[in-house]
Amino acid sequence: MAMREIAGHQVQVNEEGFMTDPQEWTKDIAVEIAKAEGIPELTLQHWQVIDFCRQDGMASGKAPTLRRITTAAGVTTKEMFALFPKGPAKKVAKISGLGKPEGCV
Amino acid sequence: METATVTATATTPAFIVTPEEKPRHIAFICSKGTLDMAYPALVMGWAALGNGIDVTIFFTFWGLDMINKNRVDHIEIAPVGNTAMKMSMMGLDTGNLGIPQIAGVLPGMTAFATKLMKDKMRALDVPTVREYLQMLSDAGAKLYACKMSVDMMGLKKEDFVEGVEAIVTAGDFMDMTAGAQIVFI
Repeated sequence: MAMREIAGHQVQVNEEGFMTDPQEWTKDIAVEIAKAEGIPELTLQHWQVIDFCRQDGMASGKAPTLRRITTAAGVTTKEMFALFPKGPAKKVAKISGLGKPEGCV
Repeated sequence: METATVTATATTPAFIVTPEEKPRHIAFICSKGTLDMAYPALVMGWAALGNGIDVTIFFTFWGLDMINKNRVDHIEIAPVGNTAMKMSMMGLDTGNLGIPQIAGVLPGMTAFATKLMKDKMRALDVPTVREYLQMLSDAGAKLYACKMSVDMMGLKKEDFVEGVEAIVTAGDFMDMTAGAQIVFI
């Protein structure tokens, strides 16, 4: 576990770069991480998913899997791969300040 | 080709992804038509896509049942000859006791074992084979049918579920998977 400065904030991250304390997250941290993940700009739809993931993640204690997002957030699989290319559940969890999603679906 | 490099600065996080690296590619060959053997490629294919790895699935021989519109919902598992299937699967405290082969041939046993397995998967919220294929296809996995098997079984592209790209030969498969990791199931 290490401290990193993201968007001017000092946050705790694990060795893979996932934030370990969701409470430390802010919206500009999300923007910064998204850029690093290859998403230059976060649109309204991106934020919709991020908000859902944070809500769901904080309520259940774990980051939602891709299937959870597609069934409960009203976003299709195709849309998820378009918004967060290559490994969407992992990417959005990182951007949302949550841990890596576990589970095989 | 446009490549994006992010140079590290004093405030840039160290976990930057450099997108110029060639993405990993994994190919699954599905040759089986039983319920237990239908899942490995589906589960691992989904995991691969979730990790940004490109996925190709080649369905051959009995594996064609997985993509056959008329068969995909009726894939079964039989206890006969399946020594790995133990009585304890039914929740009984019987340790390593297997299901007697002679019981396995009784009418209804295959349907029973199939239902048992499907119930367990539903309880874990595991998608059905049909649903998994749709998910994989939506997520960008490329699904292909083996030409030789298709010809042998007298099938046509119209018999397959949506998402199957094409019917290709073994040679085509070799071309498509240059550099890819190949998993035979």
